[in-house]
Amino acid sequence: MIKAILIFNNHGKPRLIRFYQYFAEDMQQQIIRETFHLVSKRDDNVCNFLEGGSLIGGSDYKLIYRHYATLYFVFCVDSSESELGILDLIQLICFFVSVCVFVETLDKCFENVCELDLIFHMDKVHYILQEVVMGGMVLETNMNEIVAQVELQNRMEKSEGGLSAAPARAVSAVKNMNLPEIPRNINIGDINIKVPSLSPF
Amino acid sequence: MALKIVKGSIDRMFDKNLQDLVRGIRNHKDDEAKYISTCIDEIKQELKQDNIAVKANAVCKLTYLQMLGYDVSWAAFNIVEVMSSSKFTYKRIGYLAASQCFHEGTDVIMLTTNQIRKDLSSPNQYDTGVALTGLSCFVTPDLARDLANDIMTLMSHTKPYIRKKAVLIMYKVFLKYPESLRPAFPRLKEKLEDPDPGVQSAAVNVICELARRNPKNYLSLAPLFFKLMTSSTNNWVLIKIIKLFGALTPLEPRLGKKLIEPLTNLIHSTSAMSLLYECVNTVIAVLISLSSGMPNHSASIQLCVQKLRILIEDSDQNLKYLGLLAMSKILKTHPKSVQSHKDLILQCLDDKDESIRLRALDLLYGMVSKKNLMEIVKKLMLHVDKAEGTTYRDELLTKIIDICSQSNFQYITNFEWYISILVELTRLEGTRHGHLIASQMLDVAIRVKAIRGFAVAQMATLLDNAHLLTGNTQRNGICEVLYAAAWICGEFSEHLEDPMQTLEAMLRPKVATLPGHIQAVYVQNAAKLFATVLRKHDGETESQAAQETSQLLIDRLPLFVQSANLEVQERASCILQLVKYIQKLQQKNVEVAEEVTALFAGELNPVAPKAQKKVPIPEGLDLDAWINEPPSESESEDEKPKAVFAKEEPKHSRSRHTEVDEKELARRREVRKQEQANNPFYIKASPSSQKVYDAPGVEHIPVVQIDLSVPLKVPGMPMSDQYLKLEVERRQKEKAERKKKEKKKKREKRGKERKADSGPESEEDITPAHQVDIVTEEMPENALPSDDDDKDPNDPHKALDIDLDKYVPYCRHLQFIHVLHIIKPTVYWFPFQKSSKHKKKKQKKEKEEKEKKKKKRHHHHHQHHSDAGGEDSVQNGTVEEEEPLPVSQSHSVSLKQEVKVYDIQGNHQDESKVVVSVIFENKSDSFLKSMEFNVLDSLNSKLQRPEGAGAHDSLTVPFQLPPGVSNEARFVFSVQSIIMPQKLKGTLTFIVKSDESSTHEKLDFKLHFTCTSYLITTPCYSDAYAKLLESGDLKGSSLRLEGINMPFHHLLARICFHHHFSVVERIDSCASMYSRSIQGHHVCLLVKTSDQTVSIDAKCDEPSLLGNVLDEIKQTFSKC
Repeated sequence: MIKAILIFNNHGKPRLIRFYQYFAEDMQQQIIRETFHLVSKRDDNVCNFLEGGSLIGGSDYKLIYRHYATLYFVFCVDSSESELGILDLIQLICFFVSVCVFVETLDKCFENVCELDLIFHMDKVHYILQEVVMGGMVLETNMNEIVAQVELQNRMEKSEGGLSAAPARAVSAVKNMNLPEIPRNINIGDINIKVPSLSPF
Repeated sequence: MALKIVKGSIDRMFDKNLQDLVRGIRNHKDDEAKYISTCIDEIKQELKQDNIAVKANAVCKLTYLQMLGYDVSWAAFNIVEVMSSSKFTYKRIGYLAASQCFHEGTDVIMLTTNQIRKDLSSPNQYDTGVALTGLSCFVTPDLARDLANDIMTLMSHTKPYIRKKAVLIMYKVFLKYPESLRPAFPRLKEKLEDPDPGVQSAAVNVICELARRNPKNYLSLAPLFFKLMTSSTNNWVLIKIIKLFGALTPLEPRLGKKLIEPLTNLIHSTSAMSLLYECVNTVIAVLISLSSGMPNHSASIQLCVQKLRILIEDSDQNLKYLGLLAMSKILKTHPKSVQSHKDLILQCLDDKDESIRLRALDLLYGMVSKKNLMEIVKKLMLHVDKAEGTTYRDELLTKIIDICSQSNFQYITNFEWYISILVELTRLEGTRHGHLIASQMLDVAIRVKAIRGFAVAQMATLLDNAHLLTGNTQRNGICEVLYAAAWICGEFSEHLEDPMQTLEAMLRPKVATLPGHIQAVYVQNAAKLFATVLRKHDGETESQAAQETSQLLIDRLPLFVQSANLEVQERASCILQLVKYIQKLQQKNVEVAEEVTALFAGELNPVAPKAQKKVPIPEGLDLDAWINEPPSESESEDEKPKAVFAKEEPKHSRSRHTEVDEKELARRREVRKQEQANNPFYIKASPSSQKVYDAPGVEHIPVVQIDLSVPLKVPGMPMSDQYLKLEVERRQKEKAERKKKEKKKKREKRGKERKADSGPESEEDITPAHQVDIVTEEMPENALPSDDDDKDPNDPHKALDIDLDKYVPYCRHLQFIHVLHIIKPTVYWFPFQKSSKHKKKKQKKEKEEKEKKKKKRHHHHHQHHSDAGGEDSVQNGTVEEEEPLPVSQSHSVSLKQEVKVYDIQGNHQDESKVVVSVIFENKSDSFLKSMEFNVLDSLNSKLQRPEGAGAHDSLTVPFQLPPGVSNEARFVFSVQSIIMPQKLKGTLTFIVKSDESSTHEKLDFKLHFTCTSYLITTPCYSDAYAKLLESGDLKGSSLRLEGINMPFHHLLARICFHHHFSVVERIDSCASMYSRSIQGHHVCLLVKTSDQTVSIDAKCDEPSLLGNVLDEIKQTFSKC
């Protein structure tokens, strides 16, 4: 079982958190701080496994993480999960995030998940994550399947959004105009995604 | 009105969306909290509006704020509103928010049941998917109970996307509502062979998770998993299965033997490291389980160790880490194979990665022997000196102690060396493990009699140099060792060379800065030392020394009498008065030494931790009997429950009786207290925080603060290294001597000599440096052997320990029970056949059929009468147990089709129509087509046929079935009266097409509609309930159930689950329940329980319906 998925940046700011077991908000923040503390002091060339922190888990739990540029992806898992499998899964999720949310990064290496992209599309990343992990268990690892499902749902949202969300979108588009740092809005439906045939392991 | 709408949409135009919020927060780095609080105010405004789009937007922003640590539970109701939006976009936002912040304590969750049910049965698969995903995060026991059947239905959904989610969420449902496991299990098992790999993987996932907690219940699935393992190509599934086998093998060694070969093949063939690693792990598990029975699997062990060595030598730190981890598992059973890689492991101790060093440390634990212990510890001590960061150093420290003390100091040959290691460890700065070192010192000094003299000398030096340990405030943790030092010096003071000096050291003013519990030990042991000094000077007339000692105590003790710590104060003042009295006697030249020594006489022996528990109760002693009659004036009302209580829980009442003879025991308790004070085993687990107490008279005493940053070499303390050298020398000497002896022997009896002593010495050859008497722990005579189960009673998985193979009567009943609905269609389900559960039965039938085949080669009818009432399944239930290990058994079913009815859905709007979902599964090797479904209508129930069709025409099933495939079809029935249970006979005809020929086949079945299946769980408020009962329209009936031996809430849950009632109100052991039929009959129950009898008073506006429902309830409970 996966107990929690935490994504935070090099300063410990949470970018996406997903607990599969209930913790109160302040406890969640403590866990993030503790995890950040544990993970951030490790060099990049040491192993990606860590005995669980004191707040989350226990003897049976491990932290498995990957560090990409400015982001830490941390999974807290128990002994029923394969350590190397989870490492691959993290890579996979990064890949999905770049494919499904930020299509323009497709040609780049998928390890370059941009933090900024993540910040502004937390909800979308959650929806992708939901197709991969559900209730703490790995739901699907087939890339084509995940991408297809996410795309279909986004399409559905788009077809609904034509009516009510349009004005709000227009407004935010206007608001966005003068700010150079903001990533472009992406419409996934238009682009045919070709998934490179990476072996899942 | 129109204006209002326009205004609303204009407002909305200027609402912030999530991106704006994020941007705003980023732009207000300095006053983030303030900015967010204004945002929250805005969100509150937005939530007040009617427009659902605005609300959804607000909830989306709240989800972001929740991530930042803001409590958003106040918006729970709004989240529910957004969840119930009809638009997928908003619904998804709502469910996401709910999954992030709902939990069992969220009260609005109760309101979501119907919404979720509606979404689960939505025609849009993504609505269902989103609801399932959300539910997986916040499912509560209530939701699990109410929705279990809906989700079970979804497990057979036509879309694999829904199937896999439904399968996966069942695990969460099981955890919250364990009763659902049994009815759901057959279907879950089926999903292991689902054509969709995603669904299959989900089912594997769930079963692995279940089996991990209670493996023995899943042994019978081993053949199925074995098949999957050899056929699946999905590495995720393979890993899960292989991990599962790792959990199963300890229970079934035969499985292990079968596994070795395919696993070895996988190890050789796979390129995926993750799979390779898990295979190695499982092979190790197999080898561990076999190690007792099977002698030779050295090839497999070698293979594993080899592969692991490759992993450990890899430059990838992750592989190195995992390699070490797996190595430690092999270590337990095959230490020899690992010990040959000692070089590699010691090398890992120098790795730059702390996790890897820690893993390597774990391995060291099992690699020590008498021979290499000193060497390894020396290496570790070097690391201790080098280590940066206290965590790793503390870890090293505990490991050193673990290694040395393991299995009763088995590997220690020289305790002087060990004591000096412990003393060296006290030099660690800022360690948390002072108490650990202290307890080791105590343990060794008490249990190894031969070492006491040396230990006492060391401890005396330690006490003398106490300022080095306590001088630096960072070293607080380490001052715990002084506790041990003081006690050892006091208790074994006869070994002290100069007790006077130690006494002086123990009474220094600086001691008053130590934590209270240590001071207390100091004071008490000062008294012991005092006794020793007196004894030493016994006989000398007018001993100056003895009187000086008394004076020293009288001078120094007042400092402790003023201590803020009660324990210290009490002991000090006691001892002070005692010494004053002794001084008086001394002045009169009275011999006192004898009497003072008597205060501390007696030998201490260690007591085994469970000794007290194991004292057998002497014959004839009744601990529950009153020693004195209870006071007669106690009120009679009180007496009765007391008697019951005492009868049921004698353990609790025991303590009460001891109070009676309290006075008698008071004296003994005092004695015990004294013993406790002296007994090191009453050492407190956690050191109390140090209280600095500025006693008057301390300040003016010049205390030299020595604060050195380099590790201290305590003067006069031995270095452990020298022992290592000595030990080596000693061994060499011994060896030489032995060789001499052997030569002699050889000369004497050359023929018999077979030992070629050129190799390394064996363990037994190393003799301890001095005769060590390790005192074993004391146990009471006739100690009762007992194995305490240390299982955590709060483990949620414990409830899932359900033996799924065992035939439990009520489970059969469960399967035709259909659950609830309030607004949406009722879901019912009941299989016709005990299909997958009773494989054996099928096999039997197959055999019979095969025999039949021989006789008449052409037509053979498979008649699977399956009666929902289950009369014949009682016989099925007695089928002999399946062997757990017919691995790779082929499921070649000659010719077989299966029909299962899973769901009967009553539509609430149309009170006479019921939808029956039937699953057709082709278990044969042939292609099935032209299936026609027909039911013999009764007066009451009719199959709805298309217009123009005759009353007896069959309905065509709109699909064909290739071998091994299942599919679902729905049929509508119209039902007139629902007050009686009914059975309908039906026939399915189909064409079996094989390569050569095609034949017509027929399958008969029965449909069984119970009365409870027409009931729909409907919530009812207590006032409405009361009104209903008052109205007088309802007719009553009642039922008594005897011998019900289950907790009341289980009983209620069972009625709710099996019979679709909802609890209106519950007071203690009495509850009112309500349900409604699809045709609007009210059914009210009043359930009461006392002892083992349950009485149910029921009322309903339709007496015969009520009678039937009560009969069914009775049946449910008669089978449990």
